[in-house]
Amino acid sequence: MIRLSLPLDKEKRIKLKAGQRILLSGRLYTARDMAHKNLVDMVNKHKPLPVDLKGEVLYYCGPTPPPPGRPIGSCGPTTSSRMDGFTLPLLKLGLCGMIGKGGRSKEVRRALKSFKAVYFVATGGAGALLAQKVERMSVVAFRELGTEAMHELYVKDFPVIVAIDTKGRDIYEK
Amino acid sequence: MRKISSEKIRETVSALCIEANISLRRDILDAIKRALAREKKRIAKDILRELIENAAIAKREKLPICQDTGAAIVYCEIGQNVLITGDDLARSINRGVSDGYRKGYLRKSIVESPLDRKNTGTNTPAVIHTTIVPGDKIKISVCPKGFGSENKSKIRMFNPTASIKEIKEFILDVVKECGPEACPPLVLGIGLGGTFEKSAELAKAALLRAINRKNPDKDLDRLEKELLGDINALNIGPMGMGGKTTALGVNILTFPTHIAGLPVAVCVSCHATRGSEKTI
Repeated sequence: MIRLSLPLDKEKRIKLKAGQRILLSGRLYTARDMAHKNLVDMVNKHKPLPVDLKGEVLYYCGPTPPPPGRPIGSCGPTTSSRMDGFTLPLLKLGLCGMIGKGGRSKEVRRALKSFKAVYFVATGGAGALLAQKVERMSVVAFRELGTEAMHELYVKDFPVIVAIDTKGRDIYEK
Repeated sequence: MRKISSEKIRETVSALCIEANISLRRDILDAIKRALAREKKRIAKDILRELIENAAIAKREKLPICQDTGAAIVYCEIGQNVLITGDDLARSINRGVSDGYRKGYLRKSIVESPLDRKNTGTNTPAVIHTTIVPGDKIKISVCPKGFGSENKSKIRMFNPTASIKEIKEFILDVVKECGPEACPPLVLGIGLGGTFEKSAELAKAALLRAINRKNPDKDLDRLEKELLGDINALNIGPMGMGGKTTALGVNILTFPTHIAGLPVAVCVSCHATRGSEKTI
């Protein structure tokens, strides 16, 4: 098991290989369907984004509300392919990693290679387990979207698998 | 007539929403444990172990098993000698769902209009299925359904002369198209017959049966076992990483159909197939 801190160091990032199991520690931003739509709308209208995505990792996740005394509720990954159409503009802004579940389109795979970005997967439906790895959470944008808002998470030893590496190798390519 | 108050219905639905979301169905958990014993591949074993640990954490910490706490699907079998007093049935159920999702810190995933996409903030309205049965009780089952798997469900209207081989191929194709996104190991509910909408209802309702309970129809039982074997030979495995466990169970329900057709609906459900029931 490899431990990596976030934001991801470029040298370490390009050495990652599809299939490797990683424990991530540091900052992630959550964004799912509506947040992606909003972000890309802002990009298209040349508006500044609520967070600088350069060097950051997005987590495709809409958590359950935190019960009292907890930083977050259940927080597993959602299906990544729904974000495929919104990914290229964000990679252009310097986004260097994403976490979700399931495969990505050919276009995304190609873009990951050219932008030297990584796609990780976390275990879908293991939301209670993954909640134990989150230390802090706060809303950074689109609060009105509720669970679909962008949240800043600080994670410790968050378990993921490299699904597509910076060379374009894909664990789901048979 | 036996009187049952709408308040009782509300309270029951509320408690069932919470219980279903934090406590994985016993039959599903047992099936994951059995699958772990059978798997040889390391990554498949590791993921199954994570799922067992996840279920234990959820129960202990009272956290939802999965962050997608689903659309609330509520089945009500209402005894015909019951008189519901107070509020009407749909309102009491929806108040129960709203209450349970708030008190249980469950995610509100329902949007008012499929096009405008504004969240209702209460996870209502629930999808309610009612049947009138003999007796003076109400059996309520709450099945929260996640959409990672729901999105992969399909219906096909076959010709009446379709072979069992063609039907099996369709079901296997649905599973292949699911890939890892529907969160395998899956549970499949299959509806055969009826009409377009009836087959979908059957497929969803088929998920209610415990997967370790045999289909009472001998031929359907055999078909379920054959399908499960074929699906598990696809090597999709837990979270699509390969392995022997692509599905935990296949449940079939049938209904008489028209001479001109053979509707087949496949409702895809994930390893967090949830449900809780109570009779009041």
